[in-house]
Amino acid sequence: MGIRQLSVFVENKKGSLHDITDTLAKAGIDLRSMCIADTSDYGIVRIIADDPEKAKAALAEEGHIANIRIVTAFAVPDSPGGLAQVLSLLEAKGVNIEYLYALVTSCPDKAYAVMRTDDRDRAEEILAANGIELLEEKDI
Amino acid sequence: MEKRKYYQPEIETMPREELKKLQSEKLVKQVKHVYDNVAYYREKMDKMGVKPEDIHGIEDLHKLPFIEKSDLRDTYPDGMLAVPREEVVRIHSTSGTTGRRVIAYYTQHDIDLWEDCCARAIVAVGADKEDIIQVSYGYGLFTGGSGLHGGSHKVGCMTIPMSSGNTERQIQFMTDLGATVLCCTPSYAAYLGESLKEMGYTPDTIPLKAGIFGAEPWTASMRKSIEETLGIKAYDIYGLTEISGPGVSFECAEQGGMHVNEDHFIAEIINPETGEPLPYGEKGELVFTCLDKEAFPMLRYRTRDICVLNAEPCPCGRTHIRMSKPMGRSDDMMIIRGVNVFPSQIESVLLNEGFSPNYQIKLGRVNNNDTFDVYVELPAEQFDDSVKTIAEKERTLKDAMRNMLGIGPSVHLVPPKTIARSEGKAVRIIDERKLHD
Repeated sequence: MGIRQLSVFVENKKGSLHDITDTLAKAGIDLRSMCIADTSDYGIVRIIADDPEKAKAALAEEGHIANIRIVTAFAVPDSPGGLAQVLSLLEAKGVNIEYLYALVTSCPDKAYAVMRTDDRDRAEEILAANGIELLEEKDI
Repeated sequence: MEKRKYYQPEIETMPREELKKLQSEKLVKQVKHVYDNVAYYREKMDKMGVKPEDIHGIEDLHKLPFIEKSDLRDTYPDGMLAVPREEVVRIHSTSGTTGRRVIAYYTQHDIDLWEDCCARAIVAVGADKEDIIQVSYGYGLFTGGSGLHGGSHKVGCMTIPMSSGNTERQIQFMTDLGATVLCCTPSYAAYLGESLKEMGYTPDTIPLKAGIFGAEPWTASMRKSIEETLGIKAYDIYGLTEISGPGVSFECAEQGGMHVNEDHFIAEIINPETGEPLPYGEKGELVFTCLDKEAFPMLRYRTRDICVLNAEPCPCGRTHIRMSKPMGRSDDMMIIRGVNVFPSQIESVLLNEGFSPNYQIKLGRVNNNDTFDVYVELPAEQFDDSVKTIAEKERTLKDAMRNMLGIGPSVHLVPPKTIARSEGKAVRIIDERKLHD
């Protein structure tokens, strides 16, 4: 299970994000979701796109550092406390979350999220065992 | 009791003709000692076709080959040692160009002459037996602490061996004991001054009357600000471990350049490009020749400091020539918080840790203290998409640099090709400190 996520290491300065999105636009990449982790020196742009390999190649051509990692994508029960409920399952089993952000899909009436944990296989096992829907790339 | 004006008046005010004669006699002996006992230098001399018999006096000094920092690296750890090991009573050490440190050896005689030089510096700032000297230079491998400490003993002052750091304790001893002379780096003096001010001390309630500050560059405006904050006269001192330590030259009450202890060290100025000796008054690289060292006698050691020598008589009565404050370097060495740092040392840490040597050093000054930042380009294969792992890598690099240099920079990992390049060549050092007038 899981989906591919593209991460780009960029300098924290004016225009950096535009450079990245512009490069991806020119390569004809369709962006599904994006999240930025920033520090005063740099940012890490995490992207879910329709063709991560092509996106990575386009960015590498422009001299950017990018890598692809498989992350867990899952459906969040769409009710107050839905996300907390999922996280408590992981917490109880000692699985730590590195980061998490909302995933936009073509299915507007459901909520989805993407996360990186310190143990992906275990996280997915726990979610599946508790009836949480896990997504593959074909689902988005 | 009337204060002494000089520590060793017969030497410090010796007429120049007599001084030159003394230097010549000592030089002949020193060259023979080195030639007989240091194979590395003997080979250098043989290669140039110079024999000890060719050196009749200081007029022949220019015939001798130079010693460079790279020679000290090549002869590490003891290839320049000129006495049997059992004669050595101490070592000190300073950073080398590529992480290999320089080890300087001392016999008791060498320690004595070095401490005499420091004692001259202490008496020259108006201190004597009844004074209380707070030595806030670091003690240990660094020569700062032990040099001034030994000099203070020779003068007979009560010595407070504080070493560096722990500002609160520094101030407590200074005020409770009534220290009259402070020895440390100028940036630390400025920092202590600011701390005292914050605690409500005014210049007239601080017991200090003089400071002996060295080991790093400082400007006239910094001197003025330290003098005003602490209510003292601030004096400059110069030295380097390779030659002995602090006290190779020192300022007198005139504050018009540092008197070189010429009975122990000959100062020359050369053109750093050609090695050609330059006359007094011209700006060039400072070169020192030891005259009566036993264990680690450097002949024509290139300091890489750019200075001017002044042979005009000084109103203080000392006849020894004065050198200007170093005005820059003829190599890429930086002095950061009193510590000598070469870019090549940063480079070797990066290579050891699996990084490519794409980096930039940024130096600045905030409240008279150096800021030290190193920007390193992160190689693509080391990129992981979490902030945590990048922070861990930064910490690993910082620790490795601290181990190598003795001071830890702030390390910043940056994307490739973000470090400024001019004409395709990366700009390695951006020094925004104002160190020279």
